[in-house]
Amino acid sequence: MTEAMHQILVIEDEPAIRNVLKVLLEAERYRVIEADSALRAEIETRSHKPDLLILDLGLPDGDGQAIIRRVRAWSPVPIIVLSARAMEEQKIAALDGGADDYVTKPFSAPELLARVRAALRRNVRGPEQTSALKLGPLELDLAKREARTPSAEVHLTPLEYRVLECLARHLGAIVTQNQLIREVWGPERLGDSRGLRVCIKSLRAKIEPNPHKPRYLITEAGLGYRLRADET
Amino acid sequence: MNRTSPGGESRPDPDQLLAHVQAEEARANRGKLRIFFGASAGVGKTFSMLEAARVVKAAGTDVVIGYLEPHGRVETERLAEGLERLPTLAVSYRGIVRHEFDLDAALARRPGILLVDELAHSNLTGGVPQPRHPKRWQDIEEVLEAGINVWTTVNVQHIESLNDLIYQTTGVRQSETLPDRVFDEADNIELIDLPADDLLARLQAGKVYVADAAAATAVERFFRKPNLMALREIALRRVAERVEAASRALHPERARARIAGERILVAVGPDDQAEQLVRAGKRMADAMAARWTVVYVETPALLHLSDADRNRRIDVLRLAESLGAETVTLDGPSAAAALLEYAQTRRATRLVVGAPKRRAWKAWVRPSTSTHLVRNARGFDVVVIAPAGGPPASPSSAARPGSQSLPQTIRWERYGWALGVSAMSTLLAFAMYPRFELSNLAMVYLLGVTVAGLRLGRGPSALTAVVNVTAFAFCFVPPRFTFAISDVQYVITFAAMLTIGLVISTLTANVRRQTSVAGARERRTAMLYAMSRELAVTRGIEEIARVAVRHVAEVFQCSAVVLLPDEEGKLRRPSGAPTESSFRGADLAVAQWVGDHGRRAGLGSDTLPAAPALYVPLGDEQRHSGVLAVLPTNPRRVLLPEQSHLLDTFAGQIGLAIERARLADVAQTSSLAAERESLRNTLLASISHDLRTPLAVMAGAASTLAERGEALDAHLRATLAASIERKAREMSDLVSNVLDLTRFQSGQVALLRDWQWLEDLVGAALERLEERLKDHAVDLNLPPDLPPVHVDAGLIVQVFANLLDNIAKYTPAGTHARVNAAVEGSLVRVVVEDEGPGFPPGDPEQLFEKFQRGSGESAVAGAGLGLAICRAIVRAHGGEIEAHRREGGGARFEFTLPTGESA
Repeated sequence: MTEAMHQILVIEDEPAIRNVLKVLLEAERYRVIEADSALRAEIETRSHKPDLLILDLGLPDGDGQAIIRRVRAWSPVPIIVLSARAMEEQKIAALDGGADDYVTKPFSAPELLARVRAALRRNVRGPEQTSALKLGPLELDLAKREARTPSAEVHLTPLEYRVLECLARHLGAIVTQNQLIREVWGPERLGDSRGLRVCIKSLRAKIEPNPHKPRYLITEAGLGYRLRADET
Repeated sequence: MNRTSPGGESRPDPDQLLAHVQAEEARANRGKLRIFFGASAGVGKTFSMLEAARVVKAAGTDVVIGYLEPHGRVETERLAEGLERLPTLAVSYRGIVRHEFDLDAALARRPGILLVDELAHSNLTGGVPQPRHPKRWQDIEEVLEAGINVWTTVNVQHIESLNDLIYQTTGVRQSETLPDRVFDEADNIELIDLPADDLLARLQAGKVYVADAAAATAVERFFRKPNLMALREIALRRVAERVEAASRALHPERARARIAGERILVAVGPDDQAEQLVRAGKRMADAMAARWTVVYVETPALLHLSDADRNRRIDVLRLAESLGAETVTLDGPSAAAALLEYAQTRRATRLVVGAPKRRAWKAWVRPSTSTHLVRNARGFDVVVIAPAGGPPASPSSAARPGSQSLPQTIRWERYGWALGVSAMSTLLAFAMYPRFELSNLAMVYLLGVTVAGLRLGRGPSALTAVVNVTAFAFCFVPPRFTFAISDVQYVITFAAMLTIGLVISTLTANVRRQTSVAGARERRTAMLYAMSRELAVTRGIEEIARVAVRHVAEVFQCSAVVLLPDEEGKLRRPSGAPTESSFRGADLAVAQWVGDHGRRAGLGSDTLPAAPALYVPLGDEQRHSGVLAVLPTNPRRVLLPEQSHLLDTFAGQIGLAIERARLADVAQTSSLAAERESLRNTLLASISHDLRTPLAVMAGAASTLAERGEALDAHLRATLAASIERKAREMSDLVSNVLDLTRFQSGQVALLRDWQWLEDLVGAALERLEERLKDHAVDLNLPPDLPPVHVDAGLIVQVFANLLDNIAKYTPAGTHARVNAAVEGSLVRVVVEDEGPGFPPGDPEQLFEKFQRGSGESAVAGAGLGLAICRAIVRAHGGEIEAHRREGGGARFEFTLPTGESA
């Protein structure tokens, strides 16, 4: 981690969890700001301009969804949502509302840190840098619409390009099914996921070494998909 | 249960006391009825009522005139001035508009006291708007029920049980009558008494209302001094009886005779005397304070009555019920025998019958019913009532439209057969003539008559007898081929043959009729039995209603509907799709009234009798189970007494079935609650064990790290930290499982279905369990053309995760496992199997029970909820999951999921 000290705002009403997160993140040399309510979150976000938000969806004084909406109105700062299992609908709503990723409580340290790193990297790199990707032996140049392995060129259909490109823009983060359909197929096809699934299946056949055990194009069951590049 | 005090003097029965108290309470809420009672028109009842009303009005009571007869008398009108008057209801009837008492206006106005003239008045049934009740007293009953006090007027000749008596005295019959019950239950009777001379003086002064000029002669005949004196006497006596009854009610020991003592049976037939008998029975029962029953015996001979007579019979039984009698219809070959048996079984003390009307010679051959009863009565008196004087003019004997009796169809072909039998007999006799004696030929002819009597009925067999006798005389009796008869003894042959023919045919006809009576009874029983049997095996109230409707529709040839009450007791229409026998246009308001009052309404009943449909309550007033509404194609199908009783019996059976189903529902709900309770207890016990163990580990490891962390080497610290994390995860999984199961059991899970690739779902589960399955080899064998499944992704991933987690927990490292899938119609069958040690002995099905573990209490964590959750999830998707032993060892789980195609 050679980047300068990143600031992370932890929005969580439970002091114990806040404390664990603080210890964990500070051990990784991040600067941690804490907020225990929706109101403080708003203030801290505006005053400190953090590089990342870690947001617990169940706050006592307000809806986590509302915070996401309000922050997204003026800032593209990455948001990672913390949520309990069996809150699928809330998770989807948060991701559709603009959150970048989620981590299920109870979380493990490596998992959380991986998500944090991915989110920060995406933020640092910016969109122009995402055009070149390396997925195992496959090299992708989305700007040129080229995909190739060392031995051969891989042919992708226009739809497959657009799906891959959409996922690559959020590299490492979840893209919900609805986001993908809206961006690639258009809003009028929302609710009909069959085209998307066929497309994902054929994409896997082309880019995954073993399509039955995907390593790069990951399904987040019931939520959406995540494109995972090999960590450098 | 010893209710007798030492002195042997019995105390009041507590049940009776309770009933008395309840009746008193009902009375307390009910309005009070005050009747201004007079011996005839013109004594000043309305006048007195208005005078009294003015007095209480002056004292501040809210008095309102509901209805005054428009007699137009000046004094009355003057008295009525200053009292509030309710508007009358204009009812048009055959082009004439009449003003009637407006029941709904009175109920809406809710005065303290309501004045309504002429309680015995009949409403215009068939008028527009249709009156709710046929009689005004029924309107007033409803007003009283609503807690409104009513003052009204009644003339003595309108009292039901006095109808005959007054007819006999005055020669004028009243068609508008008032049930004695209403009169007896009135809270206050004000007798307006006027001596006959004064009344006549008033009449002459023109102060008495005369309904219409055409009836003037009748009025003249009515208002004669002897008549008026007689009426006055009857009225005074009636009031005196009431006073006596009231004092009896105050002294229950005197009324005990009513319970223990007399029971009067009144036997009625289909003749004109029936009504007279019923009224006589009523007077007798009142005088003796006895219970009384009106009995009608259906004998074979009476099965062939005309419709008019059958209708009259219905009316007589209704009249009896309105007078407070119990009514019974008996079946039997002989009225006398049936009555004797019934009287003895019911311990009747007195049997009232009509006088015999048979002519003397017939009575000598076969004694009449009454004669038979008088001769054979044991243990009770027989009272024979002489027919009333005057021309019989029963109102109900008037011809009704559409009820003329059809002539019995004569079966002419039977007479043809009769002649054929004669011809056969003659042919046979000719064949035998050369060899047999004449007396044997007579036997052949007798045989023919017997056959005809057995098979062809009375008329044809008589014909056979005559023709046979003639043929015998003509063909065989010397001198042959003339009608001349040489020997007188053959006259006896003729007479015997004719008699035998008639006797046999009569006997046969009786047997046949008897059979048809029994057959009809049997059919009714069979129909009822058929329904009861089907209802007994039907589950669910809606389904019971459907079965009931089907049977009722079939038996009564009607369309029908069972209206069931919801939680608030409001009746609603059935929610299911209507069948062809459904009665769709049932009036919910009428049905609600029926349900609330526990009384019939509609077609042929006391309430809304002109309605096309009949509404019958199911169950009793306290717990009404619903209402059966029937719309018959032919009203007689439900109006004939036996059909009407049958309908009641059906309604009773349906009510019982619904009540039973409701109780079963309640029982099931409570047993479900009990099951849930016991589950909760088991859950708590199991969870507390499964939570405490990891907590102990975590607390121990964490405290060691905190206290002695410095002293431990890095490897040991890592081990302790790892064990804390592992135990925390186990606890988290356990809590999730419990929450999932709770959500499924409380039915709070809404499936977020979408089309999913099975391999995505398995993949997600494998990824989640990557760490735990790192020592196992899991192969994925999914056919490439597998269609997507239409499922809730998160939940199905959970199913795979639980199944794979079991593999991780219960099979040794290095065990091979496989996930296979195949299309099966509109389903996908998924198989998860391993080559591990397999299930413990016993039925693998048990594993799906909550808190079941493959290997009992063991070091393996988890409360045994995983498979129970799998089953709940798969079933919620409309699939099924099963556990099998894998061939060649190992466990095998199979479950089905719906594919996108079926969705």
